[in-house]
Amino acid sequence: MTAYHNAVSPTAAARPSALVQALREGAVAALVMLGLSFPILLFRTDQGPSLQLVLTPRVGLVATLCALAFAARVLVHLNAVRRERAAAARAANARTVAKGAEAAPGAVARIMGTIGVPLFLGMAITFPLLASLAAGSLNGARYWIDLGILILTYVMLGWGLNIVVGLAGLLDLGYVAFYAVGAYTYALLSTTFGLSFWICLPVAGVLAAFWGIILGFPVLRLRGDYLAIVTLAFGEIIRLVLINWVELTNGGAGISSIPRATFFGIPFERGEGGFAATFGLPFNAMHRIVFLYYLILVLALVTNAVTMRLRRLPIGRAWEALREDEIACRSLGINTRNTKLTAFSIGAGFGGFAGAFFAVRQGFVSPESFNFLESAIILSVVVLGGMGSQFGVAIAAVVMVGGPELLRHLTFTKAIFGADFDPNDYRLLIFGLAMVVMMVWRPRGLIAHRDPSIVLKERKAISGSLVKEGNG
Amino acid sequence: MEVFVQQLINGLTLGSIYGLIAIGYTMVFGIIGMVNFAHGDVFMVSAFIALIFFLLLTTWLGVSSVAIALLIVLVLAMAMTALWGWTLERLAYRPLRGSFRLAPMISAIGVSIFLSNFVQVAQGARNKAVPPIISDVIVLFERDGYAVALSYKQIIIMAVTTVLLTAFWFVVRKTSLGRAQRACEQDRKMAALLGIDVDRTISLTFVLGAALAAVAGTMYFLYYGVVGFSDGFVPGVKAFTAAVLGGIGSLPGAVLGGLIIGLVETLWSAYFSIEYKDVAAFSILAIVLVFMPSGILGRPEVEKV
Repeated sequence: MTAYHNAVSPTAAARPSALVQALREGAVAALVMLGLSFPILLFRTDQGPSLQLVLTPRVGLVATLCALAFAARVLVHLNAVRRERAAAARAANARTVAKGAEAAPGAVARIMGTIGVPLFLGMAITFPLLASLAAGSLNGARYWIDLGILILTYVMLGWGLNIVVGLAGLLDLGYVAFYAVGAYTYALLSTTFGLSFWICLPVAGVLAAFWGIILGFPVLRLRGDYLAIVTLAFGEIIRLVLINWVELTNGGAGISSIPRATFFGIPFERGEGGFAATFGLPFNAMHRIVFLYYLILVLALVTNAVTMRLRRLPIGRAWEALREDEIACRSLGINTRNTKLTAFSIGAGFGGFAGAFFAVRQGFVSPESFNFLESAIILSVVVLGGMGSQFGVAIAAVVMVGGPELLRHLTFTKAIFGADFDPNDYRLLIFGLAMVVMMVWRPRGLIAHRDPSIVLKERKAISGSLVKEGNG
Repeated sequence: MEVFVQQLINGLTLGSIYGLIAIGYTMVFGIIGMVNFAHGDVFMVSAFIALIFFLLLTTWLGVSSVAIALLIVLVLAMAMTALWGWTLERLAYRPLRGSFRLAPMISAIGVSIFLSNFVQVAQGARNKAVPPIISDVIVLFERDGYAVALSYKQIIIMAVTTVLLTAFWFVVRKTSLGRAQRACEQDRKMAALLGIDVDRTISLTFVLGAALAAVAGTMYFLYYGVVGFSDGFVPGVKAFTAAVLGGIGSLPGAVLGGLIIGLVETLWSAYFSIEYKDVAAFSILAIVLVFMPSGILGRPEVEKV
């Protein structure tokens, strides 16, 4: 950044030199791009006929990327120059502009609070109806409802993890372990003992919460990054145990043919005694999907309601105090051990519920569903949501989980890049890039303000940058 | 006994690779207090760069001497990976300096996801295998039909590691860059007041870390002859374990930790179960962090109120 300030002086004579400067910066960017892509993009290694690796050069691709890097850098530079000039002009006739800009964020937040949340909730409740109207029939909407289920699963996981990260400030990178515990609890109990989903769901939550305490206990003393790494290690250990303990978990092959969800005991089946026959409806396989949608919606809303209530209880206030200053907490007589453990176990418990739901929805669990990437996605949903903002987490889940799904529909890209181009291959690539861009653009998340848990007389929004986070 | 000596040799080889990666973690953590999650993936990228340069030299340019080819590959891989390290720091971490603590970490996780999928898209999801590059071995001694062998590859890896670590040690201890680096590590603000270009120093730290990761990547490619796009994560976590075990922020600690982790992994595989070798490494990480967070050679962290 210092390069800009030195190079761009806000005088009238700077105009031609700014362009030259921009072109020079662009050339550097293009050169860097060339360097980055030189071996790894320029040559693709493929298995040749005699099992030898052969190199295929891709000059066009690299040239295009370099040109793009050049153009992007020039534009960014010119934009920075323009902004600098505008700032200089503003400084010249100061005071007049300053006020209008101030009010904007608060207003956006207020509109979000009053209209956004009910709108979002209404959308979520009527989503299967809207989707089937848009698609023409219930069966046509299957893809969209499945996507809704996926997003809501992440909303629920995000809200669960939010208790640990957003409220208690404990950075947990192994949250997926509890998700796995919940999923395997339901999978094992239902396939070996034939227990129904409605019995297993609470069991899964309780077991996951129990694991939360077990894994939380040794890491009580750790803070910040160290805590993150240890929880990451625990997450990986649980996954590796699931892979290697073949007698119990069937190893990497996973557990299949897990019983499906029932409508409180009435199975979603064709014929006598099934859901459709009992309620006098024509049979449709979509009933089960819609039921699953509402199930996860209710589970997510329960998570939210519990979190909101807990925030008002002494334990919730202790969590937030712990996040702000652990030492002050201890001197005020808060039992930090129990406070941390409850945060861990309650968060884990919701992860367990979500896991049981995952197992009943997929009908199949394998350790591969519970890798580190999954933890990273959930954490990024929480952080991008603005940590502590429940609504922000929901929006972030839609953006981060639903956004990459859109790639499946970009069929026009096939026309540009050729028939064997599949935009879906780029899903995770774009996901990773989006994480970086979002952090650089809005490190405090999408909703960067906080609603205070308790208020005196007047409700004020708290800027996210005043809140400590993740210092463990 | 024979098995033990053999595993000792294998473990030290693996350990030197971990040690080289661990230095990148430990330096970055020392200077900006951030766990560079993407470092394992930078290592993976460098292994791919080494693979491609090796193929380029041997099949296209017809370099027949393997030794010369490997030397050129090593230098080029270091240079190219250093460029990656510089770019990543510039684009993904520098804008977040001074932001709240979680931001660079999330950004690093994003970079890690990006890099592994970038390589998957650019090079395909399959593992890339080449026929063994050097297969000669020296048989040290033989008893009861079990020969303890030291392969040329292992000798090369240990020798290259030793030479480069010595050079690196010299850079950090004796040059002005190393002094600037240590100054930033102790107190960034004070260093800036005394005229040290902190941004440049941090950039160079990333460049050095990436270059050492490239050495590790080239050695990994030479040793196993197989690279895949997902090969960065597990070695990355193990190298981080090594950095923590040796005491994060301490350079000799990182190498020592790397050797210990390498030995534990191979001995565990030989005497207990190969399936649980990663569990052993991750457990060490958890145990060390919980019971001796300052590691073997690290300074204890003092908490200020």
